[in-house]
Amino acid sequence: MTVQFGNPDRPNSYIGKTVPRPNAGRLVEGRGKYVDDITLPRMVHVAFVRSPFAHAKILSIDTEDAKSVKGVLRIFTGADLAKVCTPWVAVLEHLKGLKSPPEHPMAMDRSCWVGEPVVAVVATSRAAAEDGAALVDVDYEPLPVVADMMTALDASTPVLHPEMGDNLAFQRLHEEGDVDGVFATAHKVVSAHFKTGRHTGVTLEPRSILVDWNPAEGQMTAYHATQAPHMVQTVLATHLDVPESRVRVICGDVGGSYGIKVHVYPDEVATAAISKIMARPVKFIADRLESFTTDIHARDHEIEAKIAVDANGKILAFDVDDWTAIGAYSVYPRTSAIEGNQVVNLCGGPYDFANYRAKTTVVFQNKTPTCQYRAVGHPIAVAITEGLVDMAAAEMGMDPVEIRRRNMYADDAYPVTSPANMRFEGLSHHQSMDKLMGLMDYDALRADQAEARARGVHRGIGIASFIELTNPSPFMYGIGGARISAQDGCTVRMDPDGSIVAMSGVTEQGQGTEAMLSQIVAEGVGVLPSNVRVITGDTQVTPYGGGTWASRGAGIGGEAALRSARALRDSILEVAAAMLQSDQASLDIRDGHVVDIETGAERMPLEELGRIVYFRGDTLPKGLPRELVQTRHYITSEYPFAFTNGVQASYLEVDIETGVVTLLKHWCVEDCGRIINPQLVDEQIRGGIVQGLGGALFEEIHYDDEGQLLNGSMADYLVPMAGEMPDMVVGHVETPTKESELGAKGAGEAGTAGAPAAVMNAINDALRPLGAQVTQMPFTPERILRALGAIED
Amino acid sequence: MKASAGGYARANNLSHAIELLALSDGMGRVLAGGQSLIAAMNMRLSTGDMLVDISRVSGLSGVIDEGETLRIGALTKHVEIGAHPLIRAHAPLLADAVSFIAHAAIRNRGTIGGALAHADPAAEFPACMLALGATLHIHGPDGERSAAAEDFFEDLFETSIKEDEILTAITVPKAEADERQVLQEVARRSGDYALVGLCLVARSSGHRISLLSVASTPILARNAMTQLDQGNVDGAVAALRAEIDPPSDTQASASYRRHIAGILLRRAVAQEKGDFA
Repeated sequence: MTVQFGNPDRPNSYIGKTVPRPNAGRLVEGRGKYVDDITLPRMVHVAFVRSPFAHAKILSIDTEDAKSVKGVLRIFTGADLAKVCTPWVAVLEHLKGLKSPPEHPMAMDRSCWVGEPVVAVVATSRAAAEDGAALVDVDYEPLPVVADMMTALDASTPVLHPEMGDNLAFQRLHEEGDVDGVFATAHKVVSAHFKTGRHTGVTLEPRSILVDWNPAEGQMTAYHATQAPHMVQTVLATHLDVPESRVRVICGDVGGSYGIKVHVYPDEVATAAISKIMARPVKFIADRLESFTTDIHARDHEIEAKIAVDANGKILAFDVDDWTAIGAYSVYPRTSAIEGNQVVNLCGGPYDFANYRAKTTVVFQNKTPTCQYRAVGHPIAVAITEGLVDMAAAEMGMDPVEIRRRNMYADDAYPVTSPANMRFEGLSHHQSMDKLMGLMDYDALRADQAEARARGVHRGIGIASFIELTNPSPFMYGIGGARISAQDGCTVRMDPDGSIVAMSGVTEQGQGTEAMLSQIVAEGVGVLPSNVRVITGDTQVTPYGGGTWASRGAGIGGEAALRSARALRDSILEVAAAMLQSDQASLDIRDGHVVDIETGAERMPLEELGRIVYFRGDTLPKGLPRELVQTRHYITSEYPFAFTNGVQASYLEVDIETGVVTLLKHWCVEDCGRIINPQLVDEQIRGGIVQGLGGALFEEIHYDDEGQLLNGSMADYLVPMAGEMPDMVVGHVETPTKESELGAKGAGEAGTAGAPAAVMNAINDALRPLGAQVTQMPFTPERILRALGAIED
Repeated sequence: MKASAGGYARANNLSHAIELLALSDGMGRVLAGGQSLIAAMNMRLSTGDMLVDISRVSGLSGVIDEGETLRIGALTKHVEIGAHPLIRAHAPLLADAVSFIAHAAIRNRGTIGGALAHADPAAEFPACMLALGATLHIHGPDGERSAAAEDFFEDLFETSIKEDEILTAITVPKAEADERQVLQEVARRSGDYALVGLCLVARSSGHRISLLSVASTPILARNAMTQLDQGNVDGAVAALRAEIDPPSDTQASASYRRHIAGILLRRAVAQEKGDFA
C-alpha cells in the first residue's frame, strides 16, 4: 500500500503538515545537551598555540615556562602527535588532477596560515591551558606569503608547497558546443567581472569535540558537534590506528552547522590524538577568534564571464572563467575543489541554451582553508548567471522577467540534460515564476518603483532563478574514493507499550531533522508523532549513514524512514491479522490502533499487541514472524542528484548619498518536491535567504597582503541580523521526485543559493538610471558610492 | 578565550572604591556595566585587571536638575538616559543617541560613565559630550575635580582620568528654548559602531559640531562650526572634509568617511532647520 499523498484527509496524514518539533521544548528551556555541556571524570582541556604568521618556518619551540603554569599537564608539538596520528591527503579520484600535500593535525616544521595549530597545551581547565599557551615561546622565521589569488600561478610568485610543483590545486574546463563561434557572431554579447566575498558559516555553537580513549576497552568515544558522525568515525579510526568498530561518535545537540561541521579539522583530530596518548577525556571547544581563523572559509571567487544572446533575447552561450583560492591545503576528506567544480556545473542552470564553456582554477595560498559551506558554489553560479541575464536584458531594453521566460526550460521539457551535463528529472521554472509574479504583484511593484524614482528615491527589483543540487548519490564523493555514505538508513521498532523508536543515520543540527523523521514514521506506521522517539547521531546505535549535507536529510533519510516505518507497519499487521483472525489486507493502523481498513473501527490498541508479542508470545501461532523492528536503507540510483529549482526576488532601496541599502521585501518560490513539514521548509528557506543576504550585503573576511586576518570578531565580521532583514514571502511548487515514494528533494540551501543574486540585480536595477553597476560582494555602502563615482580619493 | 582577571572587589561606597583603586598597584580597573571591559577581558585583550566593582555604589546614578545644568550620575544606564524626562526635555541629543548604541541587552547594563571613561572614538556619548560642551566630574584621593569635555578625551581609549580616580558624574548645559540638537550617523547594521557619526548643536552662542569614528578621539570640527555660524553650509561641508583625517579599516576607507561626514553635516543642518524628517 502506498501513501495517498493526494488526499489530505487520509488517516495518519502527518506528511505535509506542520507538527510540533520533538526537541523544541528541550532547547527552548535551555536543557539541550551540547558537547560543552558534557563533563567526564578525569577530563582535561586543550588550548592551541596558533601560528601568528601566514607562512613561517618553525625554528624551535620552548615550553618550559608554560609547563610551570598551575594546572598545565602536558604540552604537545606537531612531531609529538605525528607519532600516533598519520597525515591525510585531501584528494578525490574523480576530481582529476586535484592535488594537496599531506596535512598533519598540527604544523610540523612550517606553518601555512594564521591560526594553524602549532602547539597543544593540555590543562585541568581551559583557562589554565590558555595561561600555558600564552607562555609557549615559538621561534618562527617568516617565509614569503602567497596571499593574492589572481597572481598565485605567476612565475614570480613563490610556490607554497615546492613538492607540488606549482600553486595550482585543481583546474577543470568544460566545453559544449561552439562557444567561440557563437560569441563572434551573436547579436549581443555582455560581459562582466564578478567577485564574491570570502566568508564563513558562523555557527552559534562553535566547533566542539570531547574525545575519550579508553585503553581498557580499546574504544575511542568522540562526543562531537558534527554533521557526519560515520565519516568522522572512519577518519579517527584510519589516522589514529583504532579499528573502525572501536570508534564511537556521539553527536548530541548541535547549535548550527551550515556545512562548517562536515569537515575534518586538524585541531579536532589533534584532540583525539592527545586523548589516545594521555588515556584521558580531552575537550576542545573553539572560541570565537579560533572560529574565524580555523572554521572553513568559502566563496572567495573572482570571475570573468560573458553571455551571448540573439535579437529575441534567446540565450546562445555562456562563457565563465572562475578563479578561487582555497588556502594552504585541500580540506579532508571532501576536498576544496568541489566549490569551483560546482560553479562549472551550475552556471546557466535554469536555461535552455546550447553553447557553454566554464573553467575553474583553484589555487593554493597562505590563508585559512576553504571548503563546502551551505549552498556550495550555488550563490556564485547564480550571481554570474542571473547577473549576466539581467545585464543582457537591460542592454536589449527587455524586462528581466520576460528574458527569463524566453529562456527557462519549459516545464514539460523533462527529463533533460543541460549543457553542463547536469541531468534534470523534473523542474518547474515557469510555474515558479508565475507564482512569484502573483505573490509579489510585479506590475504594482514596478509602479511603486517609478513613483519613488519620481521623488528621487532609488528602489530596485531583482529577480534570480536558480537550480539547487540535492539528494546526492555516490557520484558526489564515494566515486572519488571517499568513505562518505550517500546511502542512509533507518531502524524503526515498536516497544511493548506500542510506542515507536526510530534510529536514523541522518543528523539533527537544529534544523528539525528529528521532527521531519517523527512525522514520516508516525504516518508510515500509523501512530501519533508524539509516540515516536527519534534517535540520531550515535554511530554505535543508528544505521550507517551519511549524515546531514547537500540537502539530503529529508530526501534520503526521510525515504529510508518511510520505508522502514511501512515495513514495521506490515510486521505489526501480520501479527495483528493472526491475533484477530482477519485478513492482513483488511487491517490498518491508525492513531496507535489496529483498525478495520474500510470502516476504521478499532480492533486492538498497539499496546495490547505489544503485550502479547513481548510477554505472551506463547499464545501466537508457532512460526509466526514477530519482528517488531525493521531497517531499510535508501540510495538514489536513477539520477546523480535530485535538482530542485526556484526563483527569488528582492525589493530594496539604495540611499545614493550614503550607499546604504535597505531591504524592503524578499520573495522566494521554490520547488523541493514533496513538502514534509511546511513550517520547517519555510524556516529553512528563510534562514537560507538570511545567509544569502549576509553574503550579499555584510559578510566578508578581510586579509592584508601578509595573510593576516583583519576581522576575527563578531564586531568586525558582520553577520546578517534581524534589524536589517526584510519581510520574506515564501511560496512553493511541488514536483516530487519519482525516484522515491516520499518524493522529497532538499530545501536547505535554496534560500542561500538565490538571495545574493536577487539583491545584486535589485541594486543594479536601482542604480541603472544613474549609470552605475556593482558586481563585487558584499555590496558595501562604499562599493556602491564608488560605483556611483561619488568618492574622491 | 577565558578571562584572566587579577582580582575582584566590590566597593561599598565611593571612598571605598577609591581606596581599592589605590591598593591595586596600577592594575585597578573600574567595573560598572562591564559592556566593553568584560568583552575585552574575555578576548584577553586585557589581563591581570584588579576589578573594582562600583555597580552597587549608591548615589552615582540618576539625573538631577541643577537649574542651568543637568547632573547625570556616571552609573546611569543607557536605557535610563534614553527614557529620562529631564534628558528628553533638556539634552535631547543624549536621548537620541541611545537608539544608536548597540542593542537592548547592552543598553540595559551599559552606563554613561563607563562609555565616557572607555573613550571609544566610535561611541556616541563621547561625541555628544563634546557637542554639548559637557563637564565631567572625577573623584580621586584628593576629592573632586572637573574637566571640560574638550580636555577629557586624550587619545584612543585614553582620558584624563588618572589611575586612582573615578568618573562620577557629568553635567551638561540645559538646552535653550530654541536650541536644536541633532545626531546623524551611518552604520552597516543597526547598533553597529558608526562608520561616521556627527552631532550638531545649534544654540545662540553658535554651532557646535562633533564627530565620531573619524579620529583617535571624538573631535570638534571647529572650522566647519565657524562656517556654519556664518550661514555657509557648503563652506562648512568643505571645511569639515578638509579638517578631518579619518582612518581606513575593513568597513570603510578614509575617503568614504570624509565624504560621508559632509553628507551627514548637510543632513544634520536640514534636520536642524526642520526640513528633513
